[in-house]
Amino acid sequence: MSSRTKSFRSDWLLSWLLPVTIVLGWQLAAQAGWLSTRILPAPLDVLKVGVQLASSGELYHHFLASFKRAVTGLLIGGSIGFLLGFVTGLSRLAQNLIDSSIQMVRNVPLLALVPLVILWFGIGEGGKIFLVALAVFFPIYLNTFHGLRSVDKDLIEMGRTYGLSRFALFREVILPGALPSILVGLRMSLGYMWLFLVVAETISANEGIGYMTMNAREFLQTDVMVLGIAIYALLGKSSDVLAGLLERHCLKWHKGYQT
Amino acid sequence: MDARVAEVEVSSSTGIAINTSHLVKRYGEREVLHGLDLAIAPGEFVAIVGRSGCGKSTFLRLLAGLEQTTAGAIVLDGKTSAGIHPDARIMFQDARLLPWRTVIQNVALGLPKDKRAAALAALLEVGLADRADEWPANLSGGQRQRVALARALVHQPRLLLLDEPLGALDALTRIEMQCLIERLWQQHNFTVLLVTHDVAEAVTLGDRVVLIEQGSITLDLEINLPRRRERGAAEFAALEGKVLSRVLDGQLCPN
Repeated sequence: MSSRTKSFRSDWLLSWLLPVTIVLGWQLAAQAGWLSTRILPAPLDVLKVGVQLASSGELYHHFLASFKRAVTGLLIGGSIGFLLGFVTGLSRLAQNLIDSSIQMVRNVPLLALVPLVILWFGIGEGGKIFLVALAVFFPIYLNTFHGLRSVDKDLIEMGRTYGLSRFALFREVILPGALPSILVGLRMSLGYMWLFLVVAETISANEGIGYMTMNAREFLQTDVMVLGIAIYALLGKSSDVLAGLLERHCLKWHKGYQT
Repeated sequence: MDARVAEVEVSSSTGIAINTSHLVKRYGEREVLHGLDLAIAPGEFVAIVGRSGCGKSTFLRLLAGLEQTTAGAIVLDGKTSAGIHPDARIMFQDARLLPWRTVIQNVALGLPKDKRAAALAALLEVGLADRADEWPANLSGGQRQRVALARALVHQPRLLLLDEPLGALDALTRIEMQCLIERLWQQHNFTVLLVTHDVAEAVTLGDRVVLIEQGSITLDLEINLPRRRERGAAEFAALEGKVLSRVLDGQLCPN
């Protein structure tokens, strides 16, 4: 036990060695004047401006605006993707009817749609949420569909011989069997969610982390810009951690998630 | 706990009588079974042997209602059967436990109510009550098959269809399982149909050993040895040899 904790701790230390060294080097380079603050501000300055913006409430305001957009987009795009994946996964008819059309649209590079989206929705909230929703839709749709289709046929046959009703068969066998794949879809879509939020917010916005960053560029406030980028990174990382926790909870029966 | 076990034993049911007449199964052009006639008495233990691909598993799946017959009839307890019989349970070569349900939840699958007590009693019968709350992934192959057996037993089936359930187990675990199946069959009096490629297993367990070759029954041999049959005994060896040489058509190692 103690040797395991020890090796865990040394693994942990080792994995942080590189990032900490880089930040330290960066700080030193900035302090020594080798690195112009017009190109990159010192990490400590970024931290300072972060504390300053946080205490004035400005940071929270922008953060909340971004967070709302992301979650709204995820809920809309995710639930549509899940429902459609669900229908096409369970019914051949629905698959023939819908799936190939969705696969065609999927191959359009979504970022190429940005000019159209601006034309349709203007530069208000609608367009941003639409972009995020569209981006999260595809991974959730595809993985739900694939998950439902690849449930072990032997288990379904077993369930039938045990007299399970259609609903019980779905609840006991099909949905849990598809869950690992659905969760992979969720995890992928969380990545796309932040990516498309950044794009949407940098095009046009009057609040949000992206707005804060773009606004800072106008005034050459490199520290605020780096702060914005760091916050995006933190948001991405924390949603990934959350998805990981969700996976571990839902898939605790799975050998790969047992410690 | 003891009271629950007693309850299960008291309510043990008697077996289903099986009659098949001119049973034919075709997949497209290929005919797998050519008119099988077989009568099995209630509570009888019949072992079906044959080479792989002879149609023995198809026969079992027809009886289970998992496949449609092409022609002929399956009569269970005097009634022509259609679909899955509610009193029949099938065990497959793989345990087919739901990996996302615990052992006891797997056993209780499809039970209407009072799930835990009945499931626990069934687990106790196969000697796995202490593993009730574990995930199937943490059990060995033999233990998984015992859970699958408990899952079948908990419904108090009157017909147990075993599709090579011991085929993937090691030799020692297999002998343990054979004893367990024999004991439970004697307690509960259900009809058992065991499909196996292991002739020794068939002679150990069967009241009758039926040989299916290329879709037809070519041997139907009564095994009149006293139960708890010993593999070493001379009569056992003679019967095993007889079936085996029939299966192999007299050529043990063809040139």
